Amino acid sequence: MAQAFSPQADAEIEAILQRYPNRLAALIPTLWVAQREFGWLAEETMELVATRLDLPPAKVISTATFYTMFHKKPVGRYHVQVCKNISCYLRGSDEVTAAVKQKLGVAPGQTTADGNFTLEEVECLAACGRAPVVQVNADYHEWQTAESVVALLDRLAAGDTSGGV
Amino acid sequence: MAVQTYDYLLRDKHGKDYRDLAVYRAAGGYKAVLKAHQMGGEAIINEVKAASIRGRGGAGFPAGVKWGFVPKDTNKPKYLVVNADEGEPGTFKDNYFLSHDPHRLIEGCIITSMALDIHTAYIYVRGEFKRQIETVDKAIADAHKAGILGKNVLGTGYQLEVYTHSGAGAYICGEETALLESLEGKPGQPRLKPPFPAVVGAFGCPTLVNNVETIASVPVVIEHGGEWFHKLGVERDGGSRLIGISGHVKKPGLYEIGVGANMREVIYELAGGILEDRPLKAVIPGGSSCAVMTPEQIDAPMTLDGIRDAGSSFGTGGIIVMAEGTCMVKALQRLSHFYAHESCGQCTPCREGTGWMARIIDDIEAGRARQEDLDTLLEVADQIGGNTICALGDAASIPVQSFLQKFRAEFQAHIDHGGCPIEGPMPRGTRP
Ligand SMILES: Cc1cc2nc3c(=O)[nH]c(=O)nc-3n(C[C@H](O)[C@H](O)[C@H](O)COP(=O)(O)O)c2cc1C
Ligand code: FES
Repeated sequence: MAQAFSPQADAEIEAILQRYPNRLAALIPTLWVAQREFGWLAEETMELVATRLDLPPAKVISTATFYTMFHKKPVGRYHVQVCKNISCYLRGSDEVTAAVKQKLGVAPGQTTADGNFTLEEVECLAACGRAPVVQVNADYHEWQTAESVVALLDRLAAGDTSGGV
Repeated sequence: MAVQTYDYLLRDKHGKDYRDLAVYRAAGGYKAVLKAHQMGGEAIINEVKAASIRGRGGAGFPAGVKWGFVPKDTNKPKYLVVNADEGEPGTFKDNYFLSHDPHRLIEGCIITSMALDIHTAYIYVRGEFKRQIETVDKAIADAHKAGILGKNVLGTGYQLEVYTHSGAGAYICGEETALLESLEGKPGQPRLKPPFPAVVGAFGCPTLVNNVETIASVPVVIEHGGEWFHKLGVERDGGSRLIGISGHVKKPGLYEIGVGANMREVIYELAGGILEDRPLKAVIPGGSSCAVMTPEQIDAPMTLDGIRDAGSSFGTGGIIVMAEGTCMVKALQRLSHFYAHESCGQCTPCREGTGWMARIIDDIEAGRARQEDLDTLLEVADQIGGNTICALGDAASIPVQSFLQKFRAEFQAHIDHGGCPIEGPMPRGTRP
């Protein structure tokens, strides 16, 4: 079945359009809505966005592919992003990454077979004073160690998201 | 001499939840809006000029002067765009306002807009800051409900809408013209300047772009007066500002200091000195694109001119501290891969050069490099600097040039040794 926006998402897009003097400016916010609805941006999803905003599909694709946070393939339920930049590196982020790799059995960029976890190494998350920093979906986990990140993964694998995912 | 700290901007020790509108107002919040409205545009601009605030986003351009560039007589709409893309490694101050004091930023947006007759403001927030966007959106909604935003701001008849706009993962969008491209829905590729955004900015209209902290300082300036704020700092570089210290110090974190505080004292007194009391090896004073400094250079006043005269730049005020035991090649490797990853690809010297530099540094660290690679590395860095549309090219070159200048022997030792000669681990830090 062809993809379609939920009524709620559609209303959200309508409200987004009101904030800008033209439709193109609504593109990135709308791509965010689409990614939330469908999990990632398949070609079909980008076409849906193009149709909804009445923009040429090429424009949608060129913007969507420029930005790293728009997923061009599915990601796991928990997107584990370990900061590898300088302040986190100085405070031991390599050990954090190694612990995640070992625990999940995947390399950065890969997703576990059960589709639960995707590991990624990312650039500075602007929380350098509490390094090392790991972001899982929307939430930041600061002052991480090899032990604390494994405990976090265990908690998430058990479905406990009470302390943020 | 103890370093003087302040809590005008950094209010985290107050034990109050300033995200709550009632708490924010009980502490005097939004009163500066009414004062500003009575003062009128010209007087607000003069107060910001008197405060001598240099932009907190990294370039240090005087805020009042920039405000003066926004044309008064125009029949086009004008926009305020707040740069909340905070992504310069080592920088984490804007995060504080977005997470904990969003009304400060909104109040700053209102006063700034009133000064320049602006009726739409966008806060461009980096995409990773999802929780921060929720926090700011809630504050905007609360302010709306309370009649602080919208058609009739606090009963003054002034109209203003403020919106957040989420980025989507691209450091380059912190550069103001790339940010405007991104706001307009396009890939974040910087524009040629001139024209400057103040004249041709968002949607082809006059646009003021300022950093989060710059705008968040405005209510303090209006409440206490420009001259008063100026005196917290030094001549022509006024005020207090947030300094973020990270890396090998005992107490990493944010501190609010008067512009002009001594950097050595900031590191050794405020931040508690170096982990394990190891000797200091290197400091990057203002975010990753500033030249690295050696310990004998750091006895410098933290002003734009002071850090420049000491051989680097103040940048964003994000101080990265490295202790003895840090491999300078590995440290540079992190930075160079970052710039290679974040180059937007528009200018050939930057697109090709950043990747080339990162590969040479990989080779040096892995012990694969030949002697002539050191010269090649410097040549590539020299060819990028100044040959690109935006300053990302310089930002990528400066670390390479300065690391090689200050720590050439260590790079040489990697080549001679056929790999990394640094023995032993870096100091270990725990949560203070
Ligand atoms: C590559 C690059 C990245 C930048 N990133 C940021 C940023 O994340 N936040 C910011 O405020 N300014 C950033 N800037 C500086 C902006 O271009 C601009 O000078 C600033 O937003 C102006 O605000 P201010 O005058 O209040 O400092 C960046 C500049 C460059 C060249
Ligand atoms: S370097 Fe990791 S959060 Fe800044």
